[in-house]
Amino acid sequence: MSTRFDLEGPCDIAWCPGCGNHAILASLKAALEGLDLDPSQVVLVSGIGQAAKTPQYVRANYFNGLHGRALPVATAIKACNPELTVIVISGDGCIYGEGGNHFIHAMRRNPDITVIVHDNMVYGLTKGQASPMSRPGFRTPVQVQGVTQEPFNPVAVAVALKAPFVARSFSGDGQHVQQMLEGALTTKGLALVDIFQPCVSFNRLNTYQWFREHTVLLDAGHDPSDPQQALTEALASDPFPLGVISRGPARPAFEEQLDVHHKGFSPLYHHRFAADRLEGLLMEMR
Amino acid sequence: MQIGTQSDLTLVISGEAGQGLQTLEGLLVRVLKRAGYYVCASSEVMSRIRGGNNSSMIRLASHPVGACVRRIDLFIALCPGCMERFHGRLTPQTVILGEKGHVAKRYLTGAGKERKFPVLALELSEMAGGERYVNTLVLGLCAGLCESGPEVLEDELRRGLARLDEATIEANLRAAVRGYAAAREEIASVFRPALPARERALDACLALRGVDAVSLGALCGGCNFVAGYPMSPSTGVLTFLARHARDFGVIVEQAEDEIAAVNMALGAWYAGARALVTTSGGGFALMTEGLSLAGCIESPLVVHLGQRPGPATGLPTRTEQADLTHALYAGHGEFPRIVLAPGTLEQGFALMRDAFDLADRFQVPVFVLTDQFLLDSWGLATGMAAPVHAPEPQIVAGGPSYRRYAFTEDGISPRAIPGLGSGCVCVDSDEHDEYGRITEDFTMREAMVRKRLRKGQALQGALRGPTYVGPPAPRCLAVGWGSTWAVMNEALALLERDDIGWLHFSQVWPLPLEGIPVLMRAVHRIAIEGNATGQFAGLLSQQYRLDFHTQILKFNGRPFEVEEVCERLADLP
Repeated sequence: MSTRFDLEGPCDIAWCPGCGNHAILASLKAALEGLDLDPSQVVLVSGIGQAAKTPQYVRANYFNGLHGRALPVATAIKACNPELTVIVISGDGCIYGEGGNHFIHAMRRNPDITVIVHDNMVYGLTKGQASPMSRPGFRTPVQVQGVTQEPFNPVAVAVALKAPFVARSFSGDGQHVQQMLEGALTTKGLALVDIFQPCVSFNRLNTYQWFREHTVLLDAGHDPSDPQQALTEALASDPFPLGVISRGPARPAFEEQLDVHHKGFSPLYHHRFAADRLEGLLMEMR
Repeated sequence: MQIGTQSDLTLVISGEAGQGLQTLEGLLVRVLKRAGYYVCASSEVMSRIRGGNNSSMIRLASHPVGACVRRIDLFIALCPGCMERFHGRLTPQTVILGEKGHVAKRYLTGAGKERKFPVLALELSEMAGGERYVNTLVLGLCAGLCESGPEVLEDELRRGLARLDEATIEANLRAAVRGYAAAREEIASVFRPALPARERALDACLALRGVDAVSLGALCGGCNFVAGYPMSPSTGVLTFLARHARDFGVIVEQAEDEIAAVNMALGAWYAGARALVTTSGGGFALMTEGLSLAGCIESPLVVHLGQRPGPATGLPTRTEQADLTHALYAGHGEFPRIVLAPGTLEQGFALMRDAFDLADRFQVPVFVLTDQFLLDSWGLATGMAAPVHAPEPQIVAGGPSYRRYAFTEDGISPRAIPGLGSGCVCVDSDEHDEYGRITEDFTMREAMVRKRLRKGQALQGALRGPTYVGPPAPRCLAVGWGSTWAVMNEALALLERDDIGWLHFSQVWPLPLEGIPVLMRAVHRIAIEGNATGQFAGLLSQQYRLDFHTQILKFNGRPFEVEEVCERLADLP
């Protein structure tokens, strides 16, 4: 399917054949197309890693910054121009490892952005070390005796911090990914979509088959607006539930609460410079 | 008896944290200014919330002043033990005034010998109508001694305490009036200060602190986004901008750490804002990765770095000029930057204002390097005005084939903002091509490095040269930067040596390529810096292949005092 978010001309994609990233890229472009968004009004913000290269393959604005630092960048972009659709897209090492502190505080601020995490439970670009999501026992060239630490649980943390939309998906099911992304993009406030995605080169444990065997679609009776149910599903680990785990209570977005936008949203570069007030402030110091 | 000199009087008030010394200092500065004196004040505080010993030094003079002095004409003791740290600075000419019981015994009795120090031990707390009004009583005392007139005192007190309830304001007013009367009556019979001549034209001056000047400069520069993490002495900029956020349309965000702060600032510039980060050395250390990102994505960035003594936590509430090399060399990779270092309140205002235009125009990080002494000190300033025209952001609307990193002669590519035009704005921390897409092409890599460095050459066209004071061809030349401006000026005026010149840099990087004649020709060069290694002298030596013969360095956490600089200069060959 072609979309207005496709790059013109040939594109040298740096991902391995069979990588789960390809399906996520296709689902993202389909979701953006489906919502009828204009590429010039969409900003993709990423960190570093293979997932963080996704913006390279999309026709849209992007800010491909530093490892772990996508969330503060995206928060500020949305605050300075709330008219833009701002999407963070990066990997589990970037968002949950290097950027862990920003992850927590982005949830607290609650900017109206979508956070897409390609979660392959391994560091691919640096050749196969453990990520915060790696399962105990996972052996790597660094964790030679196997991972001993408790894996991070981003979904439970997001539920605890009342993120307005928390979902988990699996790149093996592109339709499901697209649905979750559409739900995230139409949510006001921070929406997290953690997407399981096999790394075919450096993770021989968490394969397509492993994810199929260790995940299950959420029961139709699950009520994501019930915090207790949401937390129960967020804490479930084998199988991991897929779908909208939580829809938190409506919370004002970060940028909505900023004084500069108290008269309504507009880009900061259109705001008037208050020279007259400056003169007054200087006079007060006389 | 008389205290002070005809031109200059120095008061030191010493108390403990929580006694309201800072409020007293700010009010007294305004009262004295309105009374017609040139005035400056600086406080030194311990890194604690209550107790300990803090002090405030207030100078009033018949001429502009901005430096610290060792001499104390009037010492006011407000808590037990508050004289200990000042023993070396008190002389038999110093008048001591204090709460009974807080004046150390040695000054009261002279250990059985003839009393050496003029001491006035009063029941301050009782006179004030309670311990919590002692600072206001002292304000009244000082205003009375300096003959400010009771109306000015009452007016400033009402203005300063306006946010308090009426009963509290009245209680404070009573204390102030009582203090004023005591100074004019019972104290006047014991001693009177020799008051400097008054200057009636001070009405047009502003009375403000360095932190106010820098923050006002930011507002004038069109700053509309600031992110920071609280850290002395830079936090004042964050609180100033927060206080005026609504009036001036500034987004103020306290970040979870300095890493987030600098990345927020870069996101803000990308989206079309004019963003500032404010921090100190340790916080800036966390920002260095983001600084390098600014270099790579060619984002404007303004960094206010308020220096305090390091390494590590160092002396959190004290002053130093030891982060020059940190600012100069921080960040991996090679990219141009500008480092400004204001020496006066006026420069703090103007350089911070201009930093935003410079950052925007050249798409480089610009540092405004201040220090605790400059930020926390009060003084009078002229020539600060709101700009006639609003700052003009150097941004464009990108067309369909917009290239963020289009090659140009001076290396500066037109900077588009996402959402403003139909084109996409792509910035990348990886090496990139003209469109901002990742590349590993070696030819493109070299071209991009050269493009970024060409901006560094372009900066030569916007240099702020050093300020020179002194004879046309001085044999000796003192060289400094940042907050040493006032102390050296005053020391040289006192010394009256016609063979010493003074060269002060408010832009410390980049330096003029062609050299500076007065610097090259001097026979004896003297570096004055608030650090232990002469960082700026080292930079100049490297840049211009010259030597410094004398170094006046201070790194105990206190600013230079006029007397110590005079002593060092007097020893010159």
